[in-house]
Amino acid sequence: MRVNFTVNGRPQEADDVWEGESLLYVLRERLGLPGSKNACEQGECGSCTVRLDGVPVCSCLVAAGQVEGREVVTVEGLADHARQRTEHGSCGTGSCGTSLDAAKQWQPKGDTDSQTGEGTELAPIQQAFIDAGAVQCGFCTPGLLVAADEMLEQNPNPTDADIREALSGNLCRCTGYEKIMDAVRLAAARQGEAV
Amino acid sequence: MDFLRPASWEEALAAKAEHPTAVPIAGGTDVMVEINFDHRRPEYLLDLTRVGDLYEWETGEQSVRLGASVPYTRIMENLRAELPGLALASHTVASPQIRNRGGVGGNLGTASPAGDAHPALLAAGAQVEAESVRGTRLIPIDDFYTGVKRNALAPDELIRAVHIDRADGPQQYSKVGTRNAMVIAVCAFGLALHPSTRTVRTGIGSAAPTPVRAKAAEEFLNAALAEGGFWDNGKIITPSVAKQFADLCAGACNPIDDVRGTASYRRHAVGVMARRTLTWTWESYRGTAARTEGVA
Amino acid sequence: MPGRNAPLGTPTKVTQGSKTKGGIGESTLRPDGTLKVTGEFAYSSDMWHEDMLWGQILRSTTAHAEIVSIDTAEALALPGVYAVMTYDDLPTDVRNYGLEIQDTPVLAHGRVRHHGEPVAIVAADHPETARRAAAKIKVEYRDLPVVTDEASATAPDAILLHENRTDHHVGHVDHPNIVHRQPIIRGDVEAARARADFIVTGEYTFGMQDQAFLGPESGLAVPAEDGGVDLYIATQWLHSDLRQIAPVLGLPEDRIRMTLSGVGGAFGGREDLSMQIHACLLALRTGKPVKIVYNRFESFFGHVHRHPAKLTYEHGATKDGKLTHLKARIVLDGGAYASASPAVVGNAASLGAGPYVIDDVDIDCIALYTNNPPCGAMRGFGAVQACFAYEAQMDKLADAVGMDRVEFRRLNAMEQGSLLPTGQAVDSPAPVAELLRRVKAMPLPPEQQWLTAGEAADVRQLPGGLSNTTHGEGVVRGVGYAVGIKNVGFSEGFDDYSTARVRMEVVGGEPVATVHTAMAEVGQGGVTVHAQIARTELGVAQVTIHPADTQVGSAGSTSASRQTYVTGGAVKNSCELVREKVLEAGRRKFGSYHPAWATAELLLEGGKVVTDAGEVLADLVDVLGEESVEVEAEWRHRPTEPFDLRTGQGFGHVQYSFAAHRAVVEVDTELGLVKVIELACAQDVGKALNPLSVVGQIQGGTTQGLGIAVMEEIVVDPKTAKVRNPSFTDYLIPTILDTPTIPVDVLELADEHAPYGLRGVGEAPTLSSTPAVLAAIRNATGLELTKTPVRPEHLTGTA
Repeated sequence: MRVNFTVNGRPQEADDVWEGESLLYVLRERLGLPGSKNACEQGECGSCTVRLDGVPVCSCLVAAGQVEGREVVTVEGLADHARQRTEHGSCGTGSCGTSLDAAKQWQPKGDTDSQTGEGTELAPIQQAFIDAGAVQCGFCTPGLLVAADEMLEQNPNPTDADIREALSGNLCRCTGYEKIMDAVRLAAARQGEAV
Repeated sequence: MDFLRPASWEEALAAKAEHPTAVPIAGGTDVMVEINFDHRRPEYLLDLTRVGDLYEWETGEQSVRLGASVPYTRIMENLRAELPGLALASHTVASPQIRNRGGVGGNLGTASPAGDAHPALLAAGAQVEAESVRGTRLIPIDDFYTGVKRNALAPDELIRAVHIDRADGPQQYSKVGTRNAMVIAVCAFGLALHPSTRTVRTGIGSAAPTPVRAKAAEEFLNAALAEGGFWDNGKIITPSVAKQFADLCAGACNPIDDVRGTASYRRHAVGVMARRTLTWTWESYRGTAARTEGVA
Repeated sequence: MPGRNAPLGTPTKVTQGSKTKGGIGESTLRPDGTLKVTGEFAYSSDMWHEDMLWGQILRSTTAHAEIVSIDTAEALALPGVYAVMTYDDLPTDVRNYGLEIQDTPVLAHGRVRHHGEPVAIVAADHPETARRAAAKIKVEYRDLPVVTDEASATAPDAILLHENRTDHHVGHVDHPNIVHRQPIIRGDVEAARARADFIVTGEYTFGMQDQAFLGPESGLAVPAEDGGVDLYIATQWLHSDLRQIAPVLGLPEDRIRMTLSGVGGAFGGREDLSMQIHACLLALRTGKPVKIVYNRFESFFGHVHRHPAKLTYEHGATKDGKLTHLKARIVLDGGAYASASPAVVGNAASLGAGPYVIDDVDIDCIALYTNNPPCGAMRGFGAVQACFAYEAQMDKLADAVGMDRVEFRRLNAMEQGSLLPTGQAVDSPAPVAELLRRVKAMPLPPEQQWLTAGEAADVRQLPGGLSNTTHGEGVVRGVGYAVGIKNVGFSEGFDDYSTARVRMEVVGGEPVATVHTAMAEVGQGGVTVHAQIARTELGVAQVTIHPADTQVGSAGSTSASRQTYVTGGAVKNSCELVREKVLEAGRRKFGSYHPAWATAELLLEGGKVVTDAGEVLADLVDVLGEESVEVEAEWRHRPTEPFDLRTGQGFGHVQYSFAAHRAVVEVDTELGLVKVIELACAQDVGKALNPLSVVGQIQGGTTQGLGIAVMEEIVVDPKTAKVRNPSFTDYLIPTILDTPTIPVDVLELADEHAPYGLRGVGEAPTLSSTPAVLAAIRNATGLELTKTPVRPEHLTGTA
């Protein structure tokens, strides 16, 4: 079957989709967006977390056909999403994606180093994960970033217990979560300073 | 495999009538795992996420008509006063991501004894609104679970909503898992006090082939509360009554040993949860009653 | 170009400031950090190639059976299927592989020995087609009896897992179903026992833990025009894989070009091969690129686990609290194939007494062959299981003597110069007593943190968490301590070396160093540290880390806490050799301009050649000019020797790592649910090359230890030897709500034998975390608790 939907503000079309395919598979294998990760494919690890119409979900549990006409934000679009939130004010509804016109004018950034990503524009939560040492193997990172970014959107001043609850659907095996806590606290603090 | 995408409830019913083997999918929590892991290859997937009605709820004087696909997150956030037991149960469901997408309809459709909503629905005394092209019927929750992962739905029926009486008294919900978040129930317990009828209702999950009520325990407690005039005098429930209630709840279990826990532990834990939730709800009832009296 | 993301085979540039900032000792940031947070880092499962096929493995549904027949006809007939291969299709006579003993069939030959053993492989144009095809392969099994424990494995008439063994361990084991045996005998235990005023014994059971790395096994094999194959893979040791793959494929090693792709964690689980050979076989058979990605279910069958163990310990002490003796027997279940079992036996045995001075020791350790899942390397490697037992014993013994548990340990703690039971002196700092003192001195977390300003308890802070099982009822706090000893690097005479190629040249008017090793970056941060070392040694700001591949010599495995020591040592060594060459070039060009070129000790700093007095002699840009200076050199740590097979005596280890933990738990004693409130750790790291990474390693290792303490266990049915919980639904690892704050106190006492004085960091915290949590639960409940993980059943008498 064919599925049309919007990913990171850009209209996408996936063809010859098997009806049992997940959104995760379509993103990774058909749309060239492997940032969402395939760690468990049973909704237990959160590494495939994306925002579907603004709401964090496990993309492994979304059937591809269910996203017809919907809007998806993946880790690849997180920096853009955060920038637009800053520019247009808070947006928890998912309706703040790129407009069709804007999408048509989309250009790859020219000054980005293709090897290290240096020069890449990052969302505050992404920068905080790097700075706080919250990334080790990095496989859980994309899902955690999408979940943590959404939490800070809803709750700019979370307590530690709030952070833990919001991220309780994202497993990490490397860090013991301490540096992830540090990163979210750091992003919240920087967000607070910026206001 | 065919993917059916009805745009309305009527289309969904028609599709289910035409393809009774079609597997409804909304939040995907159960169905997608079975597909991802090659446990199931349905002929038709019936996507219900385009049926907006299923995502809405109506709060009436007496009861809440909760659309089958209202996500658990919405129940937690919006229906805590009306459906406190179900709201607590919703909070124990898996992870924030799952709660954002899954709803009560999925729990009921799968009818796994481990579904988190069941004990709360049993305790509250819900009715399942099932519909087909042939018509609509309300199935009392007590009659809904018919076996391990089996329910009372006919092949052409879909779950439209759940009707749950607005709480007339305190409700509680506890679930034991071997992790502090994101865990399938080893066993679970729901308790609702119904001061308007001077009854209590219970629900037990993961401790029998289906979700069950502890009817003997309810009857015992109803009698004990009536006998002691507890509903009126608001006295503390005596430890011996609480213990007897807990023992009867444990006795209502018919659990198995499995990889998540032993039968013996499940019985024990249901007893502990029964005693604790009784204490919490009763303390809350006494507190509310006292305050009400005070204000009056 | 395989992968649409960060292209492999192109280098990663690491720029850090304008001077020689970002050297060792600084918490420089990961060079791969930006790619990892943007989703652009190419993990092995992200590989993609035009026209590629998907591989699928058919695995045995039973643990022990003869294969009567395999019928692949229906599978082959399925449209979209390009190849189906079984044992009979293997290209050469080499049809087994293995880390040390080549006992593992590439595809089952007439018999399967464990649940989930690979039987056939399929390549098709879509993963669903490949799955459907695999399901159509008809395998007829005739079940055989299973051996699942020591009694059934070593019975005189036990069915043998491997008949006609020819490996080098078979001569010294009592039964062919024992992989390896290592006794450690020192002093006279019988005489020492007579001196003991107190004797305590215990039998301990350690469950089977899974590495549960988040990135499942995966990779892409691309057939090459020369008849060889290019393999993009997540592994811990490229060259070890290559050595095992090449003979099976019948190709010379230089025709198999391996490139490390992104690795989603490892923890020992990628030490053995998984899908490597299968992907190559299918690629060579079909002439098309083949990608294989395990799902989580398959991952549980696709790698070895931590050995479950039964440990029987007897310790004695005098009434003034001095340890008299230790008699111990450790039985490890190695499962169906050898994997790393022999080395795990050596570790468990030689470190079985822990970081304590005990003169009279008799330890016997074996690993079994059974029909259970194969077990091998996992973080802590044998030392973990032993630590669980000896630390439980220390508490019991302290109680028997009537001493404080920490003081008892400190009284018996080893220090520099102490002898291990192997007779080897610990010839670097061993601050065991100090670590215990530090961890005990940390402030305790406040009581009853679940009490909030309002009326309701915050259930997130209570045992049971969001499940709302207690509002404080039945909750009791407990505190426990433990300390452990882990060896660093490969032991027992293994030639443990690494290779580094370092080049220095001027690029864009700036001196740049390029570091090329085959080290597997699995998340530990080796790439960060290599750049730091190059900056420190070569005085450059910009370091390029070349992708790890087999175009450079072996780096050894990313395991045994060894990479910073050994490959870090190799990078340092090659940098030093490059520096010498650069200085020679400088002397040739500029020596006549300044006498210091001949007389002073010269350094490279901030892009310049400077004297040790700080005088600048030349810019590196001018010294190098158009030249590039490159060195590839192997570097080894000092040699070790095998343990004597009868007595276990010998200079077996090169270095040790010590960590101590204090666990604070709150237990719902009625429901048997545990919440760990805090896990404080003190660890000696010799020298923290990157403090941020060091702390991250300690916290991560600590949390894996917490997991095996309270929730993690692969459950194997003792009747069928089948795995009962191969999923993240039923194999639980700690979530962020299960993990406490982990304050870390890092001690830096240099080991003079090691580069910069550093010590391996990654494993030690995994050892002591588990027994500390168990001790805290015992403290809260008063129960003996001899098995880990502790389940609610064990705390409520409902097992």
